[in-house]
Amino acid sequence: AEVEETLKRIQAHRGVVATMVVNAEGIPIRTTLDNSTTVQYAGLLHQLTMKARSTVRDIDPQNDLTFLRIRSKKHEIMVAPDKEYLLIVIQNPCE
Amino acid sequence: IGHPEIFPLVFTTKTQEIFNCRVDEDVTEENCFKLIKKEDIIQDLKTRATISDFHPIKKVVLEYPGEELLVVFDAKFQYGQNFYFVASEEAKENLLKRPETAEEKEGEKEEENREETLEIHPYKPPVHKPWVSLGSEKEVEEESVKDTVIKIKYMISRVRKKFGAPITFTDKNASHVKDSYFECTSYQDKTFSIKILEKDVGIQMVPKVKEASTQTKWTYPKNAATQYFPRQLSNEEKEESLSSEKLKEFLTSVHLRMEIALQQNEIMNAFFDDWKALAEDENSSGGKPDVYLKAYQSFTDLRYFKNRTISCVCWHPTIYGIIAVSARDQLSYKEQVNLSDKSLLQQSVILFWSFFDSMHPQLLLECPEDIFCFQFSPSDPSIIAGGCINGQVVLWDISQHEEKLQNAKTVADGIKITAVNTVNASILNILQYIYMSGGKNGTEPTLVRYCAVSSIQYSHKKPVTDIHWLPDYFEDNQMAATFDKRAETRVQLVTCSPDCSVLFWNIPATKLPEQLSSEKVREGEIFDMPPDVPDTFKHLNLCWKPLVKMYPYCFPEKVQSLNTLEVPTKESPYTEMSNSSSKNLKVLQSISTDFFVGTEDGEIIYSDWKMEIESDSAKPHTQKDTIHTETINTLQRSPFFKDIILSVGGRNFAIWKEGVTNGPILQSSCSAGRNTAGHWSLTRPGVFFIGRDDGNIDIWDLLKKTHEPSHFQNISESMITFISPWTASSKQHFLAVSDDLGVLHVLEICQTLSHPSRNE
Repeated sequence: AEVEETLKRIQAHRGVVATMVVNAEGIPIRTTLDNSTTVQYAGLLHQLTMKARSTVRDIDPQNDLTFLRIRSKKHEIMVAPDKEYLLIVIQNPCE
Repeated sequence: IGHPEIFPLVFTTKTQEIFNCRVDEDVTEENCFKLIKKEDIIQDLKTRATISDFHPIKKVVLEYPGEELLVVFDAKFQYGQNFYFVASEEAKENLLKRPETAEEKEGEKEEENREETLEIHPYKPPVHKPWVSLGSEKEVEEESVKDTVIKIKYMISRVRKKFGAPITFTDKNASHVKDSYFECTSYQDKTFSIKILEKDVGIQMVPKVKEASTQTKWTYPKNAATQYFPRQLSNEEKEESLSSEKLKEFLTSVHLRMEIALQQNEIMNAFFDDWKALAEDENSSGGKPDVYLKAYQSFTDLRYFKNRTISCVCWHPTIYGIIAVSARDQLSYKEQVNLSDKSLLQQSVILFWSFFDSMHPQLLLECPEDIFCFQFSPSDPSIIAGGCINGQVVLWDISQHEEKLQNAKTVADGIKITAVNTVNASILNILQYIYMSGGKNGTEPTLVRYCAVSSIQYSHKKPVTDIHWLPDYFEDNQMAATFDKRAETRVQLVTCSPDCSVLFWNIPATKLPEQLSSEKVREGEIFDMPPDVPDTFKHLNLCWKPLVKMYPYCFPEKVQSLNTLEVPTKESPYTEMSNSSSKNLKVLQSISTDFFVGTEDGEIIYSDWKMEIESDSAKPHTQKDTIHTETINTLQRSPFFKDIILSVGGRNFAIWKEGVTNGPILQSSCSAGRNTAGHWSLTRPGVFFIGRDDGNIDIWDLLKKTHEPSHFQNISESMITFISPWTASSKQHFLAVSDDLGVLHVLEICQTLSHPSRNE
């Protein structure tokens, strides 16, 4: 389906380590990692996204969170939030 | 009033007619009296017996004394009836008279009376009547007060002059005169002497109140630990969510952002700190003026290594500071060819040196012949395999002396003198010292005999020029297919020799207590082992056969040095040998089984040892490259890149890459002297060392200069025969260099050479 195609395309980018789709409650729906790691990422990032979104909206109620990027030493975690779902992608930066 | 003589009567009209006292005719209210003759009434009574109105008073009428009876009309019903009868004369008289005095008219008698009284009366004075006593005077008498006693009269007189005379008063004490006064003294009245034994007292009961307080410890449940597990969706739910419309919309809206972000990362790293990166380069270039190789120690032994050249140097893999050196005779080229005629003049040994004792070697391994090359077993550092000059392969087991090697530090503290065993090794220290471990006393290092030697007929015919331990993964059995036995692994050796053969040796299990005795008998040893030699490989002694013999490529070529691939090995002890090696095996396709062989003539052969059963000849894809004009003495894979090979031989060296078939990727120009040894640096991917025949070490740093060595240093006067670097710790990197004179130099590699820069 289109869903598969889109996810495959994202996964095929250079340096992408893992892709995950998480629902609004933090339960992973689709993932390319093993279960325990996925569950851990899903839980933690879901909470962080909620926190970030509430921060943005507290400052300006008209505003909303569109994208969240966490850069760490080893890789970069990118979270695209939505009303019902979260798309999480982990990528190794270019070098 | 009480008129007993009045009798009320009811007169009927008939009666009234008879006696002419008809109401309102004869008798009216004023004229209410009627006198009726008694005889009439009696007459009426007789005639009308009971009916007569006078019947009730019949008796009274009969007893009436007078002649006429008075009947009075009672208009007001004074006595209850309309007539009443007066029964007595007197009353009759009274009644009659009374109305006489009143204004009412009277009857016949009254008329008479009235007439009498209406006349003028002459005044008559009241006539005294005789008083009739009615008894009242008695009462009066009783009540009157009379004197019962005659009153006594007294008469008192006094002389008149005494009245009114002046009086003088005098005082007199009352107590003087008796009875002048009368007193009532108080006395205790007995009636009042009762003691009060009981007394009514009022009591009020009040509860005693005391304030008190306590402190209670309130134990409340508090969460000490929580165990939780994450929620997960079942597969159906996941499928359902995946196919939902919402997910599609979500992805369409989101993937663009994600792809932009991914692309940004691909293009450049926004967080790259250029400043910091610059700083690192600074450090490395600032270290230039340092000497690259610092002389650390050098070892030589006059006894064993006199006039001998060091053929091979190996570091002990685990124990710090132990290095093993093997030596062989210096031979000219001609003599090398005719090795079989050579006789042993000197006992050949492998010496173990320790950093801490530079005068005395720690251990000696006895060799049957000169050792050309040897290696420590990667899985068990107490097993050493060496290749002899006559083609045999020798095994040593130094596990007994391992402890001594580890305690090499203590040895350096003192030396014990013994008279007998001391050879002319210069011992000047007189300090007494007691060895911790057992073994031979004195400064004499322990001599260890070899445990096993391969059988002569199956070994190489020429000196074993190179020996390598194979990683534990592989096992070559008769079928010449490479299997991966993870459970039962053996350790294998590969040797090569100028007799054009590459031999694979198998070391089976060591601990076979049951079989040992039988093996002993079977093998039929030719010579006895000295008692202190471990029987680790006893069963192999002299009958050790290689597994596979290969003739790579063409016959005229002579195999000089060999380099096998490096595959990550698993540590595993020796296991039991089992003949049924076909069980639990799986054929590996993925591990490469290629290897490089360098020959005496300078050719490099790259081939594969996985042979088909059908064809014994070499596979078509072996390739041969000729660059070096002389014997290749070093062929080595880079420790960092699995497909980069360094080959050193003759006047030049080259770097090859597997898969690049048309030539080396880097080739050095012909240098003035001959390169005799080479080795990659263990820590920096772009650095390698080349030893030359004039005693110089060339250090090549490919990142700095590719056309000439970045640094060179003179180590000794004679030719460098072997280079072996070693990383003892992160700070100490050593380079062991051996030369033709039998001296082993240990040099310390300085920081810049040992630490890789970023992204090297």
